[in-house]
Amino acid sequence: MSVSVRLPTILRTHAGGLSEVSAEGGTIGEVVDDVVRQFPGTSSHLKAPDGGLHRFVNVYMNDEDVRYLGGLETPVDAGAQISIVPAVAGGSN
Amino acid sequence: MPVYDSILDLIGNTPMVDISALSPKPSVRILAKLEGQNPGGSVKDRAAKAMVEEAEKEGRLGPGSVVLESSSGNTGIALAMICRVRGYHLIVVLPENVSLERRQTLEVWGAEIISSPGSEGSNGALRAAQALAGEHPEWFFPYQYGNPANPKAHYEGTGPEIWRDCPEVTHFVAGLGTAGTLMGVGRFLKERNPAVQLWAVEPPSGEMVDGLRNLDDGFVPPVFIDNQGDELLDRKMIVRAKESLQWTRRLTDVGIFAGISAGSAVAAAVKGAHQLDEAVMVALVADSGWKYLSTGAWTGDLDEAVERANRIIYF
Repeated sequence: MSVSVRLPTILRTHAGGLSEVSAEGGTIGEVVDDVVRQFPGTSSHLKAPDGGLHRFVNVYMNDEDVRYLGGLETPVDAGAQISIVPAVAGGSN
Repeated sequence: MPVYDSILDLIGNTPMVDISALSPKPSVRILAKLEGQNPGGSVKDRAAKAMVEEAEKEGRLGPGSVVLESSSGNTGIALAMICRVRGYHLIVVLPENVSLERRQTLEVWGAEIISSPGSEGSNGALRAAQALAGEHPEWFFPYQYGNPANPKAHYEGTGPEIWRDCPEVTHFVAGLGTAGTLMGVGRFLKERNPAVQLWAVEPPSGEMVDGLRNLDDGFVPPVFIDNQGDELLDRKMIVRAKESLQWTRRLTDVGIFAGISAGSAVAAAVKGAHQLDEAVMVALVADSGWKYLSTGAWTGDLDEAVERANRIIYF
């Protein structure tokens, strides 16, 4: 299944300047792997050495953080909007 | 009502009010915990007081001490009030794009303000404050993102208050900033009832993230890591500015004039209510609306208000 993946500014230089790319996969992990396959420069930014997600990267499916859905095993919903977002301080009220 | 010795004794013990009129179904109750009732006007009074008192106990603060904080507003305001009462000089590093009222409110209590670039958001203010703290080891830098007194204030205050007032609570929903509220309340409620669900709400990261030059500038608050936030949280979702503003406006239907992060929390609770059969959700109303009036959040065209909200930091 093909889904749309939104990239943060800092990854766009590794993806030909694109802010949004199409990727294939039945799970979030497969979608992330497909982004890395298409744009190898994103690899060290997305994946930790152990194969998991980089600790400063959050992946959202339809605005839900996939870490609390099923992690990389989370099945991708048809037509889902995937966003890759660097972790920042959420604010500091 | 007792007569209190100090305004600081009025921090905490905030009321909850049933706002189920905004729930999409009668079997899901939604309660709002009104942190705007704190004397400094926000939930941050709790952490600020706890951090100052902890430092006093450790002997790191004494008459005439300088306190340093990086804050987009509410923690700065809380510390300004507390420092004025306790006789400390407060210096606050503030992103230049926070609302005018926030800046002025700090000045009311005599805080000194240092501006950091708006494009760097909270992270930039934090980095600037950390650099200053390094140059002035004699200053007290509470560092709310990593200070255990921050979640402790909620473990010992906010959490027990919710449990006392509503032991039937099934969900706690709040914004994720320093993670202090969610970690402290979540830990307490889950110890009492492991079935309680802990939901974190985030604003879209937008321009804050665009200011990031490198992923390694990314940041997860030590308070979140130290409390095993990944295991403690059950759900984390982004609520967009438009939805946050819509629900901030809807809150006025039940008489609540709240800050925009409260709109986000209630929007998340309502989203959850659509997905659940039965629940008793407590949503945290972190502050009241006064500080956000200049953003035009309540009046006029919603899309224009969304445009403006995207340019300010509202958590």
